Amino acid sequence: MSPWLRKPKYAALQRREMPGGLWAKCPRCKNLIYQKELERNLQVCPKCGYHHRLSATDRIAVTLDPGSFVEFDAGLTSVDPLGFTDYPEKLEEARRRTGRAEAAFTGMGALDGFRTIVAALDFFFMGGSMGSVVGEKVARAAERALEQRLPLIIFSASGGARMQEGALSLMQLAKTSAAVARLHAERLPYISVMCDPTTGGVTASFAFLGDVILAEPGALIGFAGRRVIEQTIGRRLPEDFQTAEFCREHGLIDMIVPRDQLRPQLSRLLRFFGAPRVALEEPA
Amino acid sequence: MAANPLPTPDSGVPPPRPAAPRLSPWEIVQLARHPQRPKAPDFIFHLVRDFTELHGDRLFRDDPALLAGIGWFEDQPVAVIGPYKGRDTKENLAHNFGMPNPEGYRKALRVMKLAEKYGYPVLSFIDTPAAFPGDEAEERGQAQAIAQNIMEMSTLHTPILVVITGEGGSGGALAMGVGDAVLMLQYAIYTVIPPEGCAAILWRDVSRAKEAAEALRLTAWDLTGLGIIDEIIPEPEGGAHQDPDAATAAVREALGRHLQAVKDVPIDRLLDLRYEKYRRMGRQMESLARG
Repeated sequence: MSPWLRKPKYAALQRREMPGGLWAKCPRCKNLIYQKELERNLQVCPKCGYHHRLSATDRIAVTLDPGSFVEFDAGLTSVDPLGFTDYPEKLEEARRRTGRAEAAFTGMGALDGFRTIVAALDFFFMGGSMGSVVGEKVARAAERALEQRLPLIIFSASGGARMQEGALSLMQLAKTSAAVARLHAERLPYISVMCDPTTGGVTASFAFLGDVILAEPGALIGFAGRRVIEQTIGRRLPEDFQTAEFCREHGLIDMIVPRDQLRPQLSRLLRFFGAPRVALEEPA
Repeated sequence: MAANPLPTPDSGVPPPRPAAPRLSPWEIVQLARHPQRPKAPDFIFHLVRDFTELHGDRLFRDDPALLAGIGWFEDQPVAVIGPYKGRDTKENLAHNFGMPNPEGYRKALRVMKLAEKYGYPVLSFIDTPAAFPGDEAEERGQAQAIAQNIMEMSTLHTPILVVITGEGGSGGALAMGVGDAVLMLQYAIYTVIPPEGCAAILWRDVSRAKEAAEALRLTAWDLTGLGIIDEIIPEPEGGAHQDPDAATAAVREALGRHLQAVKDVPIDRLLDLRYEKYRRMGRQMESLARG
């Protein structure tokens, strides 16, 4: 086992509502799995290969070189611009449950020695929904990549635009896509990794705008919701509709990468696109 | 606060913003969706002289839900796009209720790229409930098509003027809605999710759409306050359908004025302004970063 698989000290993997915290039940194969084994296996079921959802902190922890991550914009928090029913309460609850300020976790780190800007969305924080803060953090991450001429990797996991901020959330699609456009114009690499689930406004903006688009096995990826589509077309949809596999078959994404292959694959891409090595980047 | 940083030219003074409506947001939703309301194609056919429709995305097929073409606005060659919402069931069935498939957005982009080639401005008239939620739309990359349009419009090297004339339905509207000036008819709406969908998710009760319409702040006045749209175009008493000619004239006047304002701005400056305009959108609090 390569050293990066070991649990980094700076961001311990969280235990989520598992019975007794010792055993976890796989939602797909229903087998009980020893929690420690699941953690060692990057939260992938050793029996059936089901990829459990990762929090943004876990995602950074299992992806980057241990100790390399420096967070950006930790002080950005959401307000309630519309005075929307229960929004402040929902935010408070999400903060309490996740211990995070918002659904986006952004910063700079190293991946296999390559320096890179990284953003990860947290589905456990209000469904990873994108309001002003998520949009702002993603846009700032892209702008930092531009300033420092570094690659950008975004791990998406989101139900889409955050309803509670109305059209301001919708405008985050424009803000983030415009920021990504500047990376493309400046020939800086942007790699999009779609995790379970990546839907709605996040797919209709930065998630589908990567130079290369990766997805985790079985991830739900799509624009409109299954139920809305079924109501519209008056038919039931097949089981595999809007999965990563479905998307690859239809030419929408480049590849499906199992979690334990993600780091080597990203490393290969970063090398190919000429990402700088950490050692070369250190100030004299 | 207006979102648009462009100067107002001396030749035109914007009309005073219409007084806040006595109508409720839900009533405004009804007006925006009124069957008799002039649709995007009506504005296009009346405002664009010598309009020539262009067809097809060159990839899959021609999407009848989206109208695109070239023509003249006053003395200016322009490219025009707009969803094709019908006025009756027959028209609606023929044009898929103005809900484009990916090929519709790709056709729009193709025509915008054509405008870019010649430096002609793009006029976009928006009236769509949503991007079409269909299985084939997903297979052909609805999200990718929308994302691509949004990104390309943010850097399109030619002026883009947007008028939301009826329903501005979420990503499906934004895919035609990134521009240097975004204008909105008095009783149009622009929203991240239809009030019905919002009510269904929040309260599992579609009948509470009226409350959702208020919560979403989807009227032109709300959106002006949020810095999302630049100008409200006044409608005739009772709504655009009561006097379509007057509504068309008001749109013509506003578009003429904004076109004048963008025409002489060097394109690099215009693109910087466009970027900054969207870059500023959003509301957040920032304390000194911990990390």
